Amino acid sequence: MTQNGQYNFAYLDEQTKRMIRRAILKGLAVPGYQVPFASREMPMPYGWGTGGVQVSAACLTADDTFKVIDQGADDTTNAVSIRKFFERTADVAVTERTSDASVIQTRHRIPEEPLSEDQILVYQVPIPEPLRFLEPRETETRKMHALEEYGLMHVKLYEDIARHGNIATSYAYPVKVEGRYVMDPSPIPKFDNPKMEMAAIQLFGAGREQRIYALPPYTQVVSLDFEDHPFDPSKADHLCALCGAEHTYLDEVIVDDDGTRMYVCSDTDYCATRRAEGHTGTMGTPFTEDAA
Amino acid sequence: MTPLLQVKDIAKFYGNRIGCTDVSFDLYPGEVMGIVGESGSGKSTLLNCLAGHLAPDAGQVFFDTREAGLKDTVTMSEPERRMLGRTDWAFVHQHARDGLRMGVSAGGNVGERLMAVGARHYGDIRAQAVDWLDRVEISEDRVDDRPSAFSGGMQQRLQIARNLVTGPRLVFMDEPTGGLDVSVQARLLDLLRGLVRQMGLSAIIVTHDLAVVRLLADRLMVMKDGNVVETGLTDQVLDDPQHGYTQLLVSSVLQV
Repeated sequence: MTQNGQYNFAYLDEQTKRMIRRAILKGLAVPGYQVPFASREMPMPYGWGTGGVQVSAACLTADDTFKVIDQGADDTTNAVSIRKFFERTADVAVTERTSDASVIQTRHRIPEEPLSEDQILVYQVPIPEPLRFLEPRETETRKMHALEEYGLMHVKLYEDIARHGNIATSYAYPVKVEGRYVMDPSPIPKFDNPKMEMAAIQLFGAGREQRIYALPPYTQVVSLDFEDHPFDPSKADHLCALCGAEHTYLDEVIVDDDGTRMYVCSDTDYCATRRAEGHTGTMGTPFTEDAA
Repeated sequence: MTPLLQVKDIAKFYGNRIGCTDVSFDLYPGEVMGIVGESGSGKSTLLNCLAGHLAPDAGQVFFDTREAGLKDTVTMSEPERRMLGRTDWAFVHQHARDGLRMGVSAGGNVGERLMAVGARHYGDIRAQAVDWLDRVEISEDRVDDRPSAFSGGMQQRLQIARNLVTGPRLVFMDEPTGGLDVSVQARLLDLLRGLVRQMGLSAIIVTHDLAVVRLLADRLMVMKDGNVVETGLTDQVLDDPQHGYTQLLVSSVLQV
């Protein structure tokens, strides 16, 4: 057992980490299946990533390099506090560079840079049950998963088209894993859905709902749709104002009181890397270390 | 001719109290069977046992499945039973709210069963939903309204459309006209009679309203305290009741 000041390595005690690892292994064995686990009280409020933090804690080893992103950014409150938390309790190396990290905890985004086989992506999940808003009974949704009764998921998409003319669900877009379980990909934009068939291991932790689920590398992940309304991984139809990228997911930022807006890459690390390589957008300045 | 539904000695107990006991009957294709009796006589319990919502304590319910012929629905696997529940069976609840998704538009409600059996073409699903709304006299421009914006009678008609869209062969109805005023009731009955005849449906209708069974049912079963006390053709039972309780029931109907 590794001791580090007052805390055990990565905050949780070894028995708890073992329990979480068991849930993770089961999740990997049954891709998309929600494994119940005994979620612990963490020193942060529910909704801040207690599930993701527990999964990260169970995965981290002393020689890991850890990265946290929140809405694609490394420097937002949530990302900074979780990164600090593991710096203090596990004393692991941290980084903002996607390619340098071995464990990446994320909220609401998948990094733009493709991940590799030696990386783990940990998602924070608020509500793991994709059927929840249509069927409030847990007993019933579990039965629906067990019997593969997923017609209801399409009712939600039907409602979208009936009301908005197209599938208006733009985040937490339901996916079917390996032709079996329907899964909530956590509130990532649907733009990121196609990226989920990736080389890295993907783990999903929902602390308040006490569920862990997982996708092994190269798992088939299909976004649900209708034959005449196919899935469309849309994004804002603009270029990044800082780095000029046309293939990344963009945030819309209002910059003055007249409603002028700029679109910038939501993945800050990816944007900075591009600018360091010399790409410049319409509102961007040439890259310098402190301008980032 | 093989019966569509064959019920043998169904019994359901709630602790020491009897829900229903010793119920046996055959239902043939195209036949409508009425079950009448006062509150607490076990008619809803019986219906729920037949429809697979409750597990009976004894007895068998054979249904003539499309693939394997007569099959006991009590002992068949749950996925199979639930599959029947959304293809060959339909269940019309007394309160439309129990049978509808109140947060989903009328079109979505009708389309749900289609999507549950694998329909994945939005245009087709919607066209069928509109067609069925038309058949139950709900105009096309209400297709995107939620059931909460509908009147009680419309909700009940929507529930019927939602149930019949997959072309079931057997419909269970639990007091389909309960809580509706008489003129709406009359139209609903007219509609139901038309649909049942036109589609050749078999139906089991539970009600305490003798006028409903007079109009819809071919055969009648009278229940009291969980037991069947009299069965026969509807007109025969209503016009010449033999059992004391049936006589009481028939004579209790208010005349206008």
